[in-house]
Amino acid sequence: MADKTGAEIIVDALEQEGVNVMFGYPGGAVLDLCDALAQSKKIKFVLVRHEQGAAHAADGYARSTGKVGVCLATSGPGATNLVTGIATAYMDSIPVVALTGQVPTSMIGNDAFQEADTVGITRPITKHNYLVEDVATLPRIIKEAFYIARTGRPGPVVIDIPKDVQKAILKNYAYPEKVDIRGYKPVNEGHPNQIEKAARAIEKSKKPLLYCGGGVISSSAHEEVKELSERCEIPVTMTLLGLGSFPGDHPLALNMLGMHGTQYANYAVAETDLIIAVGARFDDRVTGKLDEFASNAHGHIIHIDIDSSSISKNIPVSIPIVGNCKTVLRQLLKVVKPVKHPEWLAQIREWKEKYPLRYKNDDNLLRPQFVVEQIYKVTKGDAIIVTEVGQNQMWASHYFKYTKPRTFLSSGGLGTMGYGFPAAIGAQFGNPDKLVIDIAGDGSIQMNIQELATAVINNLPVKIIILNNAYLGMVRQWQELFYNRIYAFTDLARNIGARHCSKDFCKNRELYIPDFVKLAEAYNALGIRVTSKEEVVPALEKAFSTPRTVIVECIVEREENVFPMIPSGASVKQMMGGMA
Amino acid sequence: MQHIISALVENHFGVLARISGLFSARGFNIDSLAVGETHDPSISRMTIVATGEDRIIEQVGKQLNKLIDVIKVTDMTEEEHVERELLLLKVSHSTKNRPEIIQLVEIFKARIIDYSPKTLTIEVVGTADKILSFIDIMRPFGIKELARTGRIALQRG
Repeated sequence: MADKTGAEIIVDALEQEGVNVMFGYPGGAVLDLCDALAQSKKIKFVLVRHEQGAAHAADGYARSTGKVGVCLATSGPGATNLVTGIATAYMDSIPVVALTGQVPTSMIGNDAFQEADTVGITRPITKHNYLVEDVATLPRIIKEAFYIARTGRPGPVVIDIPKDVQKAILKNYAYPEKVDIRGYKPVNEGHPNQIEKAARAIEKSKKPLLYCGGGVISSSAHEEVKELSERCEIPVTMTLLGLGSFPGDHPLALNMLGMHGTQYANYAVAETDLIIAVGARFDDRVTGKLDEFASNAHGHIIHIDIDSSSISKNIPVSIPIVGNCKTVLRQLLKVVKPVKHPEWLAQIREWKEKYPLRYKNDDNLLRPQFVVEQIYKVTKGDAIIVTEVGQNQMWASHYFKYTKPRTFLSSGGLGTMGYGFPAAIGAQFGNPDKLVIDIAGDGSIQMNIQELATAVINNLPVKIIILNNAYLGMVRQWQELFYNRIYAFTDLARNIGARHCSKDFCKNRELYIPDFVKLAEAYNALGIRVTSKEEVVPALEKAFSTPRTVIVECIVEREENVFPMIPSGASVKQMMGGMA
Repeated sequence: MQHIISALVENHFGVLARISGLFSARGFNIDSLAVGETHDPSISRMTIVATGEDRIIEQVGKQLNKLIDVIKVTDMTEEEHVERELLLLKVSHSTKNRPEIIQLVEIFKARIIDYSPKTLTIEVVGTADKILSFIDIMRPFGIKELARTGRIALQRG
C-alpha cells in the first residue's frame, strides 16, 4: 500500500499483469505515463514509427505467444492511428490492451488540441472500452481490461486515460486481486446433454468433417482436435485463422476451405453429412453461397464456440455447444466412442491425390508459389510465418504447411494490408529465438514500411520476403477474372502499359518503385534481390543465417493468380480449380 | 413480429451509446427505447421494442448479452408480462368541440394536465394499442404536438 500517481499505478498494474514488452509512441497526453514507464525495470517499451505499427505489433505478440499484447498512443491522432490495428484484433478475436492518452478531464468535449472521442470512435471495434474519469477507478479498470481481453472470446480493450488522471495521486494504492463483473461471466463448460447429443451424432455419421477456426488456437485445443480426429477418423479442414490448429502434413488434414481453399477441402464440405465446427464462425469467405454450403449436412451441424452470437448467425446449427473449445472437446472425448470411416477416408485420399494444390512449374519463370514452397523447404516448416493481405497471404496459406498453433499470423477478418511486418516485429519480441518471416506483397509492405527503423534499431532478425509483381495482385486478379482485364489503379509499376512479366520487364529495374534493396540499405538492413528460380534457395539461406533484419525482394511473374477460387457468393460448383 | 426486449444494464455513461450503436451497426431497427434507473441506483432498465424475424431478434439478444455493461436480457414477448406507455398530446380546442374532447378523455381514462385558451394537453397511459387509437381519435381536432415515452414492461408475478 503506497501513494502513487495514476501513471505509476498504470506501470505497476502492467508489471503485475506480467507485461514485459509494449509497443507505442509518445505524445503530449501520455508524457506522464511515458515518464513513469521509463523508470520500469520490467517493461521494455518499443518505440515504433507509426501508432498503427504499435497496434499490429501488440497483436502479433499476442497471436504468437497467447499473452495479452499491449500498445500505447497519445490522444487524438495517436489514438485514431491505432484504430486500424484495434479493428484488426477485434475481427480476429485477439487479446490486446490499448492505452491512450486523453486531454485533461476539464477539457473533454471542448475540441481541445489533439482531442478525439476515443471511446466513441473505438466502441464498435473493441470488446470493451473505458474512459477513466477518476484515478480511484484506475486499478480496477486495468485489472478488468486484461481479464476481459484474454477470457471468453478474446478481443481488444481500450483504456482512455486523461492527462490529469495520470498526474492525480491515489492514496493507499493496491492492485486488486480479483475481478467481478456482473455482466460478464464467460461460460467455459459445455452443457452435458449437448455433449451427449454431439457424441451420438459423431458416432452415427458416415462422413464427418471437422471445421476448425481461430478459436481452437486461442483456447489451445489443438491436441484435443487431433485426438478427436484420430479416434473417430474425422478429416480436418481449417479456416485461414485456424491454420496450425491441426498438423497440415497429417493424412487427415484437408487444409483450408472456402474461397481459396483446397479443392479437396471444398469437396469434402460438399459431401460431408456432419460438420463439427470448432471455434469458427461460418464467415462468408468460408461458406460462399449460404444455401449451397455443406448441402448434405443441413440439419447436421455441431457448433462449438465460446460466443453464442456466432452460433446460428449465418447457418442454422442443430447441436449448439456454448463453451471454451478445449473444455468442451475434453468433455466430448470422455464420451465419444471410436469410429472407423474407411470409405470416407478413401474418398478423401482420392481427392487429395487427384486435386492437389499446384501451379505451373515446368519452365524457368519465377513464380510466387515457388518462393513460398522454398521457404517451407529451407525452414523445414520451423518458423513463424506472418503475412500481409492479398495474394501473398493466400500463397502463404497454400504452400507452407503449418504443423503447430501460433505459427501462422494473418489478418483474416479485417484483411488489413500492412499488418504483416509490424505483427512480425511483435512476434519476434515474443519469440526471440524463433525465425520470424513476413511473407509480403509489394503493395502491403509499403503500408507500414516505416517500421524497418523499429526492426533495425532493436536488432530484430525479422525476414521480409516480398513477392514483388508490381501489382496490387489480388485486386488485379479480380479485375482479370470479373472486370474485363481493366486493371484500374492496381498497377504499381512505372509504365502503365506493361502487363506481362517478360524477362525484360523483370530486369528493367527502373520500372519498379521503390528499389527494395536500396530501401533496406537506407535503413541499415540487408537487402537481397532475386530474379530467377536458382537464386531463391541461396538467397533464403543467406537471409535466414544472417542475424539482421533482411528484405528478400523476389521479382515474380506479374500476372500469377491464386487458385483454386470460388467467386464471391458462389458455391463449390463454380470453383475455378487447377492452375493459373 | 414485434418484440419487447428488456435489459438490465450498468447505470453509467456510455451504455446507451453502446446499445444504440450495436443496433445501428448490425442493421437492427429500434421502434422505441425507454431507459430509467431501477430501485438499485447502479442499474438501469432499458426496454427496447424492435421488429424482426425471430432469427434476427435472437441475434439481437445474443449481441446485447455480449456487451460487458449488460447484466441481463429478457425477451418479454415470450413471457407473461404487463406493458405500458405514456403519451402527452397537445390538441387545439374551441367552445364548440371542447365537450367532445373532454368526453373522449374520460372514455380513455386519460387526464387533462394543462389548459390554455387555445390548447389542451392530455396525458394517456396504456398499451401501445390504446395510445395509437387515442392519437387517431384526436387527429380530427388538430394535434399540435405529441410526445411518447416508448413502452416499458415487466414480467407478471
